[in-house]
Amino acid sequence: MPKLLEVKNLKTQFFTSAGVVRAVDDVSYDVEEGETLAVVGESGCGKSVSAMSILRLIPWPPGKVVGGTIHFMGEDLLTVSEDEIRTIRGRKISMVFQEPMTSLNPVLSIGLQLTETMQHHLGLSLEAANKRAVELLARVGIADPERRLDQYPHHLSGGMRQRVMIALALSCDPKLIIADEPTTALDVTIQAQILELMKELTRELGVALIVITHNLGIVARYADRVNVMYAGKMIEMGQAKQIYHDPLHPYTLGLLASVPRMDQPRGERLVPIIGQPPDLTRLDDGCAFRARCRFAIDRCSNEIPSLQETGDGHSVACWRANEIRDLRAAS
Amino acid sequence: MTLATERQPSSEVGVQAAEPSFLEIRDLKMYFPVTEGTVHQKVVAHVKAVDGISFSIARGETLGLVGESGCGKTTVGRCILQLERSTDGQILFKGRDLTQLDQKALVPVREKIQVIFQDPYSSLNPRMKIGSMLAEPMRVHGIIKDPKQRQARVNELLSVCGLDPKFSDRYPHEMSGGQRQRVGIARALALNPEFIICDEAVSALDVSIQAQVINLLEDLRRQFNLTYLFIAHDLSVVRHISDRVAVMYLGNLVELAGGDELFDRPTHPYTRALLDAVPIPDPEVESHRAHKVLQGEVPSPMNPPSGCVFHPRCPLAVDSCRVSVPQGREISPGHWVACSQV
Repeated sequence: MPKLLEVKNLKTQFFTSAGVVRAVDDVSYDVEEGETLAVVGESGCGKSVSAMSILRLIPWPPGKVVGGTIHFMGEDLLTVSEDEIRTIRGRKISMVFQEPMTSLNPVLSIGLQLTETMQHHLGLSLEAANKRAVELLARVGIADPERRLDQYPHHLSGGMRQRVMIALALSCDPKLIIADEPTTALDVTIQAQILELMKELTRELGVALIVITHNLGIVARYADRVNVMYAGKMIEMGQAKQIYHDPLHPYTLGLLASVPRMDQPRGERLVPIIGQPPDLTRLDDGCAFRARCRFAIDRCSNEIPSLQETGDGHSVACWRANEIRDLRAAS
Repeated sequence: MTLATERQPSSEVGVQAAEPSFLEIRDLKMYFPVTEGTVHQKVVAHVKAVDGISFSIARGETLGLVGESGCGKTTVGRCILQLERSTDGQILFKGRDLTQLDQKALVPVREKIQVIFQDPYSSLNPRMKIGSMLAEPMRVHGIIKDPKQRQARVNELLSVCGLDPKFSDRYPHEMSGGQRQRVGIARALALNPEFIICDEAVSALDVSIQAQVINLLEDLRRQFNLTYLFIAHDLSVVRHISDRVAVMYLGNLVELAGGDELFDRPTHPYTRALLDAVPIPDPEVESHRAHKVLQGEVPSPMNPPSGCVFHPRCPLAVDSCRVSVPQGREISPGHWVACSQV
């Protein structure tokens, strides 16, 4: 079966006065129809940039996709014309951003923002678009949807705005939704509501979902597959269960050990990852994680490990991947 | 609703109180006026940010204070710091009521109570070098008068917080978020405080850095015999660091218990919903968990619901919850809950 989305050797760089930032550095991954893929990593690791590159939303200057291909339903999104990409954005691939206050237009009514997209992409009449907008708002759990059409974003709470964003993302029956930290700005009980809603809707409508997040709990609850990013590279990919129960990259291992868990005895000391993430303008010819890695060897300073499949769809980029299970058990 | 918590933390949480009440909050209320009009302002309503809460903290203990945005947890911290003058109630710090002290009398108290803020970007002056930032409180309070000795103390503070003393000559923009937060912690330690309010002190940090800072806070507590009020919305972090935990909802305290007790036997329906909402980083565990999602949203504190403020979202609510305000009661030693239905 062909993949819905196939990203190959994607490179996105930012040309700044401080130097070239290699935000996404030779990243390849794919998304299957209807699945939920999580991209995890810390701030500045390139997870958002890799998603924005898919829709060609990287602002130039200073940012630019400098290499690679992004195949979506048979087309290379990096080579199609500006007009064509506009028929894909919001139509076949839509986005849900982190901050619902800044991603909705504050001076346009909720109704107008919803119907504009549908009139443009689906060619619906205003009447039909309005009808569908009401259905969508009801579908995402907004009470009294007819009245909401005339309201503005500031009338709504953060959770409600994020529901509107989801309605907007679903409005044109997309094949893929990219959600960039969709619940980071929300409180935990509201976060749970929004995530349950997204899970339910994507399953029901068969929409594939890329969730970008730094929250390992959310990933465990909602994702089928997980890509772990560090310093612009994918360093581990696999089924969620593989990543959590059999992490093969020292960074993934470190991430899992550094979060306090609700289901473990209290008061056990956390094991943080030492040091800081590297400066992306000064990456050298070694593994970017080696300075923080407990298991680093000489080879790590001289050669960049590439992503290798270890079996069963689980891949890792580490020179000591074969020994990691023993090292893990010993530490 | 009020939770009377004059009790000392029970021994199960492993804290022995040397003094009976290091900090005691009694029926604290903080109402912010809502005004209308520009020239002739008149008060049209009040936001009841904190509506009568009571709790105590023993010396050397960490009390976690959790709740969602707008529940009043930060306001409680600001009232203790006397950054807000509370509307009503008492704040007894080692027996003295801070609400009765004037600004001058507060100066020596401020040495003893310090704060670490959430955002390491906005809480440090971008035009000040780290060194002068750390030396300033010592100068203002006249702790160390000799500039050389002050610099020595600055270097000591930096190394205690895991930073190289060379950072003393740097500006905040030259540092990462985690390093800045360490500066915020060093600044809080500058005056040898006894009590530190950590207001979302690790929330803005990435997980790998967050763990470093949590460990640092725990080490400092032991090393300097500090007492923390740890205000946060991340329950897994609060559970990890706190001896006892208080849960707030819409200006009220709904539950308070020792850490193990609260997380093993959450009793108030709001606490239970909060715990249910926190995902556990393990897909196996998550696939077996029932995800009961709390419906609705937090009402406005300007016009809070009658009776129990949680009743519109509560799965256990009965008619009487709409009318009567539940009183806090102790359901087991040291475990207080304000709900009539549990």
